[in-house]
Amino acid sequence: MIKLNSINKTYYTGSNSLHVLKGVDLSIEKGELVSIMGSSGSGKSTLLNIIGMLDNYDSGDYFMNGERIYKMSEKKAAYYRNKFIGFVFQSFNLISFKNAMENVALPLYYQKVSRKKRNIKAMEYLEKMGLAEWAHHLPNELSGGQKQRLAIARALISEPKVILADEPTGALDSATSMEVMELFHEINELGITILIVTHERDIAAKTDRIIKLKDGIVDSIIANGERKKWLADQKMA
Amino acid sequence: MFDRDKWQEIFSTIRKNRLRTILTGFSVAWGIFMLVVLLGSGYGLENGVKREFQGDAVNYISVNSGVTSTAYKGMKPGRRIRFTNEDRDILARIDNVEKSSSRTFLFTDNNIIAYKNEYGTFDIFAISPEYRYVESLIVTSGRFLNRKDIDDYRKSVVLGRLVYEALFKNGEEAIEKYVKISGVPFKVVGVFNDPGQDRDLLRVYIPVSTAQRVFNMGNYIRNVSLMLGDAGVEQSLQVVEDVKTEMSVRHQFDPKDNRALFIFNSIQNYQQFMDLFAGIRLFIWIIGTGTIIAGIVGVSNIMMIVVKERTKEIGIRKALGATPWTIVSLILQESILITAFAGYIGLVSGVGLLELISKVLPSHDYFANPEINLNIALAATVLLVIAGAIAGYVPARKAATVKPVVALRDE
Ligand SMILES: Nc1ncnc2c1ncn2[C@@H]1O[C@H](COP(=O)(O)OP(=O)(O)O)[C@@H](O)[C@H]1O
Ligand SMILES: [Mg+2]
Repeated sequence: MIKLNSINKTYYTGSNSLHVLKGVDLSIEKGELVSIMGSSGSGKSTLLNIIGMLDNYDSGDYFMNGERIYKMSEKKAAYYRNKFIGFVFQSFNLISFKNAMENVALPLYYQKVSRKKRNIKAMEYLEKMGLAEWAHHLPNELSGGQKQRLAIARALISEPKVILADEPTGALDSATSMEVMELFHEINELGITILIVTHERDIAAKTDRIIKLKDGIVDSIIANGERKKWLADQKMA
Repeated sequence: MFDRDKWQEIFSTIRKNRLRTILTGFSVAWGIFMLVVLLGSGYGLENGVKREFQGDAVNYISVNSGVTSTAYKGMKPGRRIRFTNEDRDILARIDNVEKSSSRTFLFTDNNIIAYKNEYGTFDIFAISPEYRYVESLIVTSGRFLNRKDIDDYRKSVVLGRLVYEALFKNGEEAIEKYVKISGVPFKVVGVFNDPGQDRDLLRVYIPVSTAQRVFNMGNYIRNVSLMLGDAGVEQSLQVVEDVKTEMSVRHQFDPKDNRALFIFNSIQNYQQFMDLFAGIRLFIWIIGTGTIIAGIVGVSNIMMIVVKERTKEIGIRKALGATPWTIVSLILQESILITAFAGYIGLVSGVGLLELISKVLPSHDYFANPEINLNIALAATVLLVIAGAIAGYVPARKAATVKPVVALRDE
């Protein structure tokens, strides 16, 4: 699904330059649930943004679905983001003056889906997230967990192949964080590839694989046994 | 581009930023309002003055005799120049003069005109028939004085509408009736109207030949008016020179003596007014477009702030699949909408004010029907849309270049 070969990225600010990614190699299969860990400033978000085509990389190769992604036009990048990728952010990034339903429906607006169809589908996804009765509320009337569920509904509505989540539980308490992780598992069960950036061990522990970034390269990849155990626990409970 | 969703997007952002939008809109509305009111007033002034001119032809030269002010060939200054019928005929032969007519104001013992029991004091002019073209008269009943009236010394009279109304009550027919002018009966042959001032309608015209004989005026006349066809300003000035030369020889005065003749050149006068109005119009357009440009800059500034405020939102939209063009058109459309709507309000209130003025101030001299014609209103509308697009262009470009990574950074 996603394949990175020695990806390099340097940020230039004024006369300073910061070599953040120094040859990242990574391969993620379809249907995987993977976490990326690393200390603050290690380039996790940078990597995720490159994968999400929100940012360009300097050198290396990046293939998504077998297609090379490199310095594509903004228009094309917008198309790919819309079609293949769903984003979930730490600070939710909901549009404050649009109600829950309109927020969820927005990706379909850019697919030129009619308003009526858009809203029907948005309601469907809100129901799945247990937010149906909040459809006409503005984001600031929702709790943190509800906001993130809303953001996840928005990421899912365009039926993406990959979900990229940057610290999705960073602003949530631990109980809510677990609920959100549960949701990711359910989505993952549907065959959607998920990439979660986090610096919390217990969040990473709930994924198939942990990719550790350090000093601009992939330091280690840990296959995770805990998830199976966790699922088994769930079934018993 | 003009789908309903985008409008909904725009309206929701406008609703969210009501005060800001109103303030911006106001500057545009004010600009258009000023332009409309200024242009309308300019037209009002122009219409008023043009109407003043309507009462008279704008292609004549009027020559009045005066009193010499300089000594000439041994003659003392202070000599009165007196025109005769002959002068009229001589001036008719000057190049570019189509018709020559004379007009003499009658001073009789009493200027009373009477019919049955009604009477009044009116201006009496002894004229030659061509004079009707100088005044642009409209004969509403009967006929005007003609050559036969002159040749046969007929006692014929043409009444101004107000004279007719004063003397003939209850709409009584005036033609073929006799009125007494200074005690002498004259037959009414016509009644005239004049689109110019009312003063011109308090007059009667009688044949110059008859007047000279009946009221003992010899062969003297006061004024010669020359009709010039479609001569331009240059030609009219030449005619004025020719008149001076011709008359100075005939009446023995210094051609440079500008008190011996009083000459009014309506062609030059009219041209001066028209030049003045062209100047005023240009001035108004400059002021008006200046005000509108200020409005555009205002809108552009505000849209710039909008884009800044909405950087994060634009980043989110891009992450969700918005192309640069959808962002550009969103900002452009909002800008055009604000400008066009506000401008329209300015246009309507400006036109409203003009309407009010023309109702409250009915046909004042020199100010009539302040108006703004449809073409100008249409031009203003097109101008507004273009202005909105210009105002939105720079901010829209800025919005399109927003980098989602930068916009979405959490710190
Ligand atoms: N647009 C940018 N310009 C300059 N420096 C940046 C930019 N984005 C990130 N950085 C720097 O790059 C480093 C990695 O950032 P980031 O990928 O956000 O790290 P993480 O998400 O792992 O905390 C940090 O030191 C950060 O300050
Ligand atoms: Mg980060």
